[in-house]
Amino acid sequence: MAVSTRRLQKELADIKRDGTPVGITLLSAEDFATWYLSVEVLGNTVYEGEKFALKFRFDGQYPISAPAVQFVVDDTYQAPVHPHVYSNGHICASILGSEWSPVLSVVSVCVTIQSMLASCKVRPAIPYPRVRGRSEH
Amino acid sequence: MSSDYEISDDENEYYDEEDDEMEVDYDDGSASEIEVDAFGDDFKVAPRSERKLYEVDYTSLSQPEIEKIMQTDVDHISGIFGVEPAVAAQLLRHMNWNKERLIEKYMDNASSVAVAAGVELPPREPTPPPPKASSSRLSSTGPQRTTRRTTAENLKSSPKSKRATPLVEESKEFVCPICFDDTQTEFMSLICEHKFCASCWKEYITSKVRTEAECKIACMAEDCNIVALDPFVEKALGDDRETWTRYQELLVRQFVSCIPHLKFCPYPSCTHTVSCPSAATKSSLITMVPIVTCGASNTHVFCFGCPIDTDHRPVVCAVAKMWLQKCRDDSETANWIKSNTKECSKCQSTIEKNGGCNHMTCKKCKYEFCWVCMGPWTEHGTSWYSCNRYEEKNSVDARDAQTKSRASLERYLHYYNRWANHEQSAKLSMELYTKTEKKMDEMQVTSELTWIQVQFMKKAVDVVFRCRMTLKWTYAMAYYLASGNEKELFEDNQRDLERAVEELSELIEAPIDPETIMTLRQKVTDKTVYVQKRNEIMLEDTAKGYLEGRWKWNVTVEGFDSA
Repeated sequence: MAVSTRRLQKELADIKRDGTPVGITLLSAEDFATWYLSVEVLGNTVYEGEKFALKFRFDGQYPISAPAVQFVVDDTYQAPVHPHVYSNGHICASILGSEWSPVLSVVSVCVTIQSMLASCKVRPAIPYPRVRGRSEH
Repeated sequence: MSSDYEISDDENEYYDEEDDEMEVDYDDGSASEIEVDAFGDDFKVAPRSERKLYEVDYTSLSQPEIEKIMQTDVDHISGIFGVEPAVAAQLLRHMNWNKERLIEKYMDNASSVAVAAGVELPPREPTPPPPKASSSRLSSTGPQRTTRRTTAENLKSSPKSKRATPLVEESKEFVCPICFDDTQTEFMSLICEHKFCASCWKEYITSKVRTEAECKIACMAEDCNIVALDPFVEKALGDDRETWTRYQELLVRQFVSCIPHLKFCPYPSCTHTVSCPSAATKSSLITMVPIVTCGASNTHVFCFGCPIDTDHRPVVCAVAKMWLQKCRDDSETANWIKSNTKECSKCQSTIEKNGGCNHMTCKKCKYEFCWVCMGPWTEHGTSWYSCNRYEEKNSVDARDAQTKSRASLERYLHYYNRWANHEQSAKLSMELYTKTEKKMDEMQVTSELTWIQVQFMKKAVDVVFRCRMTLKWTYAMAYYLASGNEKELFEDNQRDLERAVEELSELIEAPIDPETIMTLRQKVTDKTVYVQKRNEIMLEDTAKGYLEGRWKWNVTVEGFDSA
């Protein structure tokens, strides 16, 4: 059995037994390759009332290698407008790259992303499109 | 007088008259040249009597040789501090192998250095603040953080066999918090006592070394700064000698990157290092182009001073970098914008006019202006659509700016086309190599010539290739040279070399006829010698120019006084 399978089984069992932290819900974990979790930012923040979905993808090396995590962008969900999140859902977070540690888990990643969103106080403006010239006649 | 140019004496049997002529041209420079040579002699450490002005002194070192140097440093530190070699090695790596600084800092405050280097646990007293946002992080990391030893003074106590040999314990209902594999029985931990199973350690270190090319292996626990020392890494990797070898190679690379007079060979999978103390400082790079070759293969040619992996003589690193940057990035896009667009004189939006009349309305700020004179449209009064203010000052300025940027684009293209042409031709001459080999076989059959006697062809192709590389870079240099007598002399040398190279190129492409083969051989050999000489003159003269500070640039170049 791959290392990732055993580890994810354990994480899933923990979630089933202890539940998830407030604002985080397991949407689906059909297999040990892709999981979906939803994240809500609690309290009075710029994301109040919004619900985002995170897609986790695991390779056979998880948890030695970091999971690939991004926001779901489809008919139901949008990526949050945040300086560290691209409109296609890509997330710039150190713990998903150089600072990943094998003792982190799916839930702890969700919590980190939740707090990353919570710390955003001002909704960033969307840049203006480019101006083009026009001749009168 | 002529002695300076008779460097390749052994090849001078094919010396022809043209050479005499050109030596006269360069007589004026010979007085100072003798001085420079004498100066150079003083600095020659190794008696490489044939070292030319445009060459640099260097030594090539293999990986074991570098490891020996590292070991000397480690033993030295280990002796002074009274710590194990593995600890000393990690301390040195942490301080980027700056021995003096390490000793100074360590004498000042040993334990703060040791903690920062990850060989000692932080003092227990100020209880470590709980990591941010980790209130609900993996609960399983909690329990094993309980047994922390205070090892502040542990570092100095001598035997410390515990530090080097990883803890291997029998499982007592302990489950590795990474894999949760309850069949694992072997656990290892660093001095921080974060226990993980041996197979997770192995997996983790392998992934660090193999995929991340990282030689600093920190403990897997979150926010733990303790670093795995070499004996631990070796033990954890077990029978995976390949990864262990790679780990050692990474250590050597880290060492080399910390020492200014060392540089790792950039060629793929080469493990040699070049030591070149004379080019170790930034300021030395304005007087020389330190092209070196590592000991593994004579095709591993690279520049010691910059990341360009080819011979970029005669251009100094800073200028070569500027040129490559100019060719690579979209600086020419900026030129296009300059030539084809104007800015709205009110809001400065960039506007491209792609048709229509001269009455422009800025889409952004609705400002109305005349495209020709850039003045406000309201002032045009009744002269509808035919601007009569063309000769006024600001329209003249606008026109000047446009012609100037067009001219600069053309100037760039002049140099770029020649640069690209030589690059292309040099590539083609690599193809010529294979053709030449065939030709040489042919010659051995059709003529009386022996193998050694047909080598002139191979040599000629070689020389053409090398000279095209020089020529290529001379165009980059000429682009940035400030105009004046010096540039003209430079371009004369360039022209002579270029002409000679083209002639030789033509000769070696010529069909082989058994009757004329002897004359062809004579011609090619003569020309090869001549071309080589022209190349040497080109390189020698530019190298001399750098030493004399003769070259002036038309832009500000890093390290040079602005002209």
